[in-house]
Amino acid sequence: MTALFLRDLALAVRAGGGFGLGLAFFLLVAVLVPLGVGPDPVTLGRIAPGVLWVGALLACLLSLDRLFALDFEDGSLDLLATAPLPLEGVVAAKALAHWVVTGLPLVMAAPVLGVVLNLAPGGYLWLVVSLACGTPALSIIGAFGAALTVGLKRGGLLMSLLVLPMYVPTLIFGAEVVRRGAGGLEFGGALVFLAAITLGSLALLPFAAAAAIRVNLR
Amino acid sequence: MSIWEYANPKKFMQTSEVLLPWVTGLALVCLVGGLFWGFFLTPDDYKQGSTVKIIYLHVPAAIMGTSAWFMMLITSLIWLIRRHHVSALAAKAAAPIGLTFTVIGLITGAIWGQPMWGTWWAWDPRLTAFLILGLFYLGYIALWAAVDDPDTAADLTSVLCIVGSVFAFLSRYAVLFWNQGLHQGASLSMDAKENVSDVYAWPLWTCILGFLLLFVTLVLLRTRTEIRSRRLQALLARERSAA
Amino acid sequence: MIPDLGKYAGAVLGSYAVSVALLVALVVVSLWQGARMKRALAEVEARGAPAGQTATRTATRTAGRIGGQGDV
Repeated sequence: MTALFLRDLALAVRAGGGFGLGLAFFLLVAVLVPLGVGPDPVTLGRIAPGVLWVGALLACLLSLDRLFALDFEDGSLDLLATAPLPLEGVVAAKALAHWVVTGLPLVMAAPVLGVVLNLAPGGYLWLVVSLACGTPALSIIGAFGAALTVGLKRGGLLMSLLVLPMYVPTLIFGAEVVRRGAGGLEFGGALVFLAAITLGSLALLPFAAAAAIRVNLR
Repeated sequence: MSIWEYANPKKFMQTSEVLLPWVTGLALVCLVGGLFWGFFLTPDDYKQGSTVKIIYLHVPAAIMGTSAWFMMLITSLIWLIRRHHVSALAAKAAAPIGLTFTVIGLITGAIWGQPMWGTWWAWDPRLTAFLILGLFYLGYIALWAAVDDPDTAADLTSVLCIVGSVFAFLSRYAVLFWNQGLHQGASLSMDAKENVSDVYAWPLWTCILGFLLLFVTLVLLRTRTEIRSRRLQALLARERSAA
Repeated sequence: MIPDLGKYAGAVLGSYAVSVALLVALVVVSLWQGARMKRALAEVEARGAPAGQTATRTATRTAGRIGGQGDV
């Protein structure tokens, strides 16, 4: 499993495999929104948590269809499915690699972008915490979506349609944590729900994704 | 080798053929009757004026929009566990019906909200949860359409339905958390004090029954079409391989 | 005959109009697709032998549109 994880990491970082892509997109969102919405700092400060979270969502989506598709095309997915490592483990390893390559940089870049969006000072810590708790969910939910659409040509758009509604609870709770944290309000409940969704998804979705991959490999 | 590989589709076709006229008739009676009753024969609400009449469309549509997804969940599970083809096709057939009901619920909700809340779209938790459910329906329908092999499509959409159900459920509560909301409390719950008064409740229940029967009618009708479609595809495949 | 809807006439009539229109559309489309599929199936079943090009293509298109693509 470690080997698979490292292999995916290497592939993503090397082959122009979209390593910086998610991050660049995240930056773009943070720049385009003020340009679209106007420079008023109060407005920006109020929408900053949401914008950052939505930016993170979309940035994660970008690299997801590559997750299984490349291996499916060159046949390595078939090999992985018949390998001694359970397919659920394969899914988990790949999702983890995706998170390290996409989610983790987002978590680290977010505070910088928070400055650009005039996030309230109290919000920075909770921005990082909520993204750290939430982005793994984005990766595993995305892996499930990618598994469903792996056999399809141009499955990327369909995958986004399937995955984005499933992102809604994470988005809502994540953004709420930042918003309430920034405003000095009670956010414990939101954080607990966020973490629960992430943990639940990590525990259960690999099975659903593996089932979908097996169906697609038939 | 018989093209009707499974006894079940045949039995379904026979049973549904007998049932269909009765269910259709009942559905029409309840739906048209209920709507007429509500529209013409009930008074205005002192607070909401004549807009209360929208309840006869909005509430049944909303209830059936959620129930349809629930039915799809059950039939998807039956497909995955028992490989009962009719079940998978029934889920496929139900989706556009559920989507239509959800859209009706959303539109009537928005129109009803406008004079009441002063806004065409308020991010009210119930309406928002409905919007999200609508997106789940769209994804489900799109996935059926995108996958060529019918059995693969049935498997994938079933898994999507099950996972989607969990997330739709979570979204419902997330959205409640996100916005305490303008929606009135459950007007039909059995023990709420603030119940819809009887003069509205009776036509409302009739309309709900009407929508339910309409759903059943359409599911039977559409599933028959799906079964015929599969048989057609099988026959054509056989023709092509024989040619 | 229409009761006095007062100032909300537009809203009430509007919602009824839209809802009924959507329901009718759903029913009509379902009936039409059903009839078309029934016809196509009957056509192919009546054949039995390897078919001419046109009939196969029509039937395939019909099956593809209904069976393969779902219906919104």
